[in-house]
Amino acid sequence: MAAFFSPFISKPDNVARIMFRVLLALVPGIALYMWYFGPAILVSITLASLTALGTEALMLKLRDRPVIPFLKDNSALLTAWLLALSIPPLAPWWLVVVGTAFAIVIAKHLYGGLGNNLFNPAMVGYAVLIISFPLQMTHWIAPHGLGQTELDLLDQLGYIFRGALPNNVTLDAITMATPLDTLKTHLHLDQTVGQILDMPIYGRLAGQGSEIVSLGFLLGGIYLLVTRIISWHIPVAYLGTLFITAGIFHLSDPAHYVTPLFHWFSGAAILGAFFILTDPVSSPTTNTGRLIFAAGAGLITYLIRAFGGFPDGIAFATLLMNICVPLIVLYTQPKVFGKKDGDKKDRPS
Amino acid sequence: MRALHHFHGGIHPPSNKTQSTLLGIAPAPLPSRLIVPFHQHAGEAAKPVVQAGERVLKGQLIGLPDGFISSAVHAPTSGTISAIGMHLVAHPSGLPNLCATLVPDGKEQWEHHEAVDYRTLSASDLQQQLRMKGIVGLGGAAFPSDIKLRIGRHKVNTLILNAAECEPYITCDDMLMRERASEIVKGAEMLRYMVDAVEVLIGIEDNKPEAISAMQQAVKNNGMPYEVIAIPTIYPGGGAKQLIYMLTGLEVPSGTLPPDIGVQCFNVATTYSVYRALAHAEPLLSRVVTVTGNVRQARNYEALIGTPIDELVALSTALPDSSGYIMGGPMMGLPLPQAHVPVVKATNCVIVASEKLFPAPPPAMPCIRCTRCVEVCPAELQPQDLYWFARSKEFGKAQAYSLFDCIECGACSYVCPSHIPLVQYFRFAKSEIHAREKEKQAADSARERHEFHQYRIEREKREKAEKLAAKERAAQAAKSGNAEPQPEPQHVPSDIETRREHILEIAQSHVEHSKE
Repeated sequence: MAAFFSPFISKPDNVARIMFRVLLALVPGIALYMWYFGPAILVSITLASLTALGTEALMLKLRDRPVIPFLKDNSALLTAWLLALSIPPLAPWWLVVVGTAFAIVIAKHLYGGLGNNLFNPAMVGYAVLIISFPLQMTHWIAPHGLGQTELDLLDQLGYIFRGALPNNVTLDAITMATPLDTLKTHLHLDQTVGQILDMPIYGRLAGQGSEIVSLGFLLGGIYLLVTRIISWHIPVAYLGTLFITAGIFHLSDPAHYVTPLFHWFSGAAILGAFFILTDPVSSPTTNTGRLIFAAGAGLITYLIRAFGGFPDGIAFATLLMNICVPLIVLYTQPKVFGKKDGDKKDRPS
Repeated sequence: MRALHHFHGGIHPPSNKTQSTLLGIAPAPLPSRLIVPFHQHAGEAAKPVVQAGERVLKGQLIGLPDGFISSAVHAPTSGTISAIGMHLVAHPSGLPNLCATLVPDGKEQWEHHEAVDYRTLSASDLQQQLRMKGIVGLGGAAFPSDIKLRIGRHKVNTLILNAAECEPYITCDDMLMRERASEIVKGAEMLRYMVDAVEVLIGIEDNKPEAISAMQQAVKNNGMPYEVIAIPTIYPGGGAKQLIYMLTGLEVPSGTLPPDIGVQCFNVATTYSVYRALAHAEPLLSRVVTVTGNVRQARNYEALIGTPIDELVALSTALPDSSGYIMGGPMMGLPLPQAHVPVVKATNCVIVASEKLFPAPPPAMPCIRCTRCVEVCPAELQPQDLYWFARSKEFGKAQAYSLFDCIECGACSYVCPSHIPLVQYFRFAKSEIHAREKEKQAADSARERHEFHQYRIEREKREKAEKLAAKERAAQAAKSGNAEPQPEPQHVPSDIETRREHILEIAQSHVEHSKE
């Protein structure tokens, strides 16, 4: 026996398997993404994955850590996938590489590697890209059936790697602003919500295509809940707060504020609720803390979407709430068995 | 039906109990020699009262309880004491301990013993009886039972028999209940009488239907108003505080004992030996031990205390690919340094291990704060935080996060997807804190001793000077013939005197503290 202490048995589970199941839960959303926006997303996911594994291996080597066991834990892949899903699929290849490398090298390993990062690495990568390369971050593909032309895989690869489009095709013909962006722009033009939502890029809930992708992520999120990889606290508090805040504004002025459901199914709200905010390392460890954390993120998301300058608010909401995690955890310590509530007052600072 | 209260967390490891319940309890034959440690219980070791070469009878006292928390040790059979010396025992430290080696003569000749009706004895006489019969908790902790009966000013309403036996593999209590339920019930009545409890609850996990019906039948046959309660099978449902909560809904406040909330808890095997001790005046000489794991035939044996574990395991035949032995269950058990250590009062189970049964865990990964440990912790702690503090040796923080409420059940380690030996970290932190406290206490008392010494020297000096002055005064008075007595010099409390009072106060508080 190698381990000479109890317990001598353990549940057959490991970090790699947990991360793998989270990756698996992303698959329905990714499949729908491909259906509506073409195969480019697979290219960026692959690029991000390769970059993540490469930088992860390099950092492990530099930090003198065992490379293979950590490469196999699937955590770098998860960061890569989440980042790739957050940036436009037609973004140039170096954008994906820079964002992923920043996420792994700076946000993950410089903080101490797996389990030690204060911030969600994928969101750090996203924040760096949206601030440094705002133009390239707008190359969102028009959904299936809406663009003037559609590119096949080869053309998409050509644009990603060489920035070259086929003859007679302009960038405007294949890309468009996101539903959230379009909404923001047109509201500034003094149009009402009703007029804006009549535009062809909007579907039943939110954006044409993207609303269905969100439903795919919702499906994966439910799988995570059922398999108890995540608890209900973060998704429920996040989506609940987003719904209530959006609901209050919508009811007060329906001409200028869209419905709560629109907020749920546009942008990365669903992805954020189930996959990003629930990152165990950078979210609180107490259930009350999780509710506070996610509610805060929901509120910030709404404020950025409704009144801020960035297209979506998930990344900054996540990062801002990440900062608060140690404080939230400190003040939400649950009661210990055999101790009264007040007994926790001797908590350390 | 009694409403059960579910404690927080808990796990469902594979139970592996059926293997050892197929056959009844078998008496283990007399081994070639018995190695009886003088320290088998919590508290102080017993003091040897026999010498090498002496012939002893079965049941003869060989170790006298020494100290408030201590218990007697007896010769498990008749024979000759061949040696009294250090021998390897099952202890986390792996260090040898003082043991008597007894070569049995095979005659099983009893020392004269006669029981008296326990109802005629006073409470303190009964406690003394149990102490001198070597009765200690057989659930694993081996805490002297007489101490648990000294409930002082507390009123115990509820007596609980702990028959949960929640650890995987172990079945000794299960088999004891199936076969000797009536004696257990009689023992329970003795305990109930001693603590003057109003109700008796017997908690048995529902994976032991035979034991439950045997106990129900025995309670009925003895005409006792006891409740036999089937509790859900969940580890660690047999933890005293968890069982008490499950049955009564009462939380034993942190840092206190069950009698503080009017409850006392005894293991069923202990209850059985209380019955043997009071009804038959038999000291604790044997116990039921489960031998299981990587063996041809897992079974429960009634083994004499001191039986070498290798001889006991041989009865069940360990399979060739065996790799070691565990004393106790797979969750909280102790790995044995080697098999030639004796069965002691705390030995409820011996598991023969193999690489296949207990594969080495994969290398530990970093904690990802997934809080699966929080979900299963029956003490409602934050194991991931305690781990962090223990690792960085921030013991003050660990204590503030209730480290000492951890019962070391191992549920957190069991579920950890990073395979971090969490309990091992907690044991380390606890022992470090204890060591530091001891060091501090030693330093404090050394300082106090020094200060008192200084004070005494100065006092003696002063007294001498006063005496001398008085003598001189007397001589002067005699010389001058002045009959008027000199007034006594006014006593002014000096600085040193106030300090002395302070020192005495500290000493007082120390004595009171150590009494607890």
